[in-house]
Amino acid sequence: MARHVIAPVDELPPGSRKFLEIDGRPIAIFNVKGEFFGLLNRCPHQGAALCEGPLIGLASSSDPGEIEYTKLGEILRCPWHGWEFDIRTGQSYCDPRRFRVRAYPVSVEPGTNVVKGPYVAETIKVAVESDYVVVDL
Amino acid sequence: MTSPIAGGVDCDLHPAVPHLTSLLPYMNDYWRDQVTTRGMTDLISQSYPTNSPIASRPDWRPAQGKPGSSLADMQRQALDRFGTATGICNPLYGVQMVFSEDMADAFCRALNDWLVKEWLDKDDRLRGSIVIPVQSIEKAVAEIERCAQDRRFVQVLMLVMGDMPLGKRHYWPIYAAAERLGLPIGIHAGSAYHNPPTSVGWGSYHIEDYVAQAQAFQTQLTSLIVEGVFARHPNLKMVMLESGFTWLPPFLWRLHKFWRGVRMETPWVDRAPLEIVRSNIRFSLQPVDAPPDGDTLNRLFDHMQSDELILFSTDYPHWQFDGDEVLPKGLSQDLVRKIMIDNPHATYPRLQVKETVR
Repeated sequence: MARHVIAPVDELPPGSRKFLEIDGRPIAIFNVKGEFFGLLNRCPHQGAALCEGPLIGLASSSDPGEIEYTKLGEILRCPWHGWEFDIRTGQSYCDPRRFRVRAYPVSVEPGTNVVKGPYVAETIKVAVESDYVVVDL
Repeated sequence: MTSPIAGGVDCDLHPAVPHLTSLLPYMNDYWRDQVTTRGMTDLISQSYPTNSPIASRPDWRPAQGKPGSSLADMQRQALDRFGTATGICNPLYGVQMVFSEDMADAFCRALNDWLVKEWLDKDDRLRGSIVIPVQSIEKAVAEIERCAQDRRFVQVLMLVMGDMPLGKRHYWPIYAAAERLGLPIGIHAGSAYHNPPTSVGWGSYHIEDYVAQAQAFQTQLTSLIVEGVFARHPNLKMVMLESGFTWLPPFLWRLHKFWRGVRMETPWVDRAPLEIVRSNIRFSLQPVDAPPDGDTLNRLFDHMQSDELILFSTDYPHWQFDGDEVLPKGLSQDLVRKIMIDNPHATYPRLQVKETVR
């Protein structure tokens, strides 16, 4: 397990996502309203590039016809078959015990920490005065 | 051959109304005069043309009159023959076809009262289904409440092909009344012929009607599940009568697949469709729409992932089997007991107490 520096925070504003490959694994990093999330970009159902799907809310209901819409922007919908995944946990909604997508912790670290290590900076140039998005993999 | 065991519950018997005039004693003066002066003679649906082979087993066909119109025949050919302890009567008479909700109401009341007097009162093994004027929700609920006072009515009967998809909220007061009164909803093959019997329009031949019943059951199951009937009424049971059941695994696979993708359209469906079917839906045994070998049938039961879904039925007097082969080959004795006794009793709460009160 290693901590990888993905990008300076400024390059991943709210509403954006970044796709990259780390150690041969397709990864996507999301900024949802200032919170960062990392997921394996492969749907556990049939292998689609899950993270290219739209981010929607969670529709739930306690009585037919009444819809509660929560977790706005936190539900990732697979572009192939429409399955919903919670971006925080990677759990599928339709079959949470059998299907989940791998989720990776993402944090923001100041450049001073990143320079010290034990970080893998890939091809990113690190400056002590900036903040960086870091994923644990 | 798999032998039936004594004490079973036959969940699908069809007593036939000999003639519309048979119901006259059960109508009020107005409707009696209407039937007589209009010259109405009978309500004959295309579902079971009297002379079609499926309408009656040859050895059950009476010398005269409609198959299933004689209690003595039913006793001898079905109840005594298979050692039946309880038989549920599902009258299939064309009362749902008429377009006037007032006439349908009068005819349904007459039909239900006729069933009590001509059948239930004459053999205490018999139980009844309440036939309702579905075009009027108020009148249908009133008829359920009226008949339900007699505990020998154990079910509400609807046709699989009526005016609208059965999951529509329009129908929910019927389901609320049924759940409240401990009555499953029995959905029987057949059409009110208010819509074409197929989803693609009117066919030309009887075979098209008959084969299309299975698609109608699938469409209704989808509607009932996705509209949320069982989210609102979790204790309501529905029984698919004369539906066949071997289509269930591939149908559920398809429904489940699409539910996973578009679940957010109907978030009140918060369990997989298969789980809803297992808890709320049952199927009558006959006609067994499977090849006559036990291995194939048992593989199908495996796919259904439950031994609680099937309820014993003869579909008397319809011709679905020959001789005493009312049970398909290859059923274990344990499964026979479930199908004939345990499953029906778990489905119909009103069967728990043997009623002798008139």
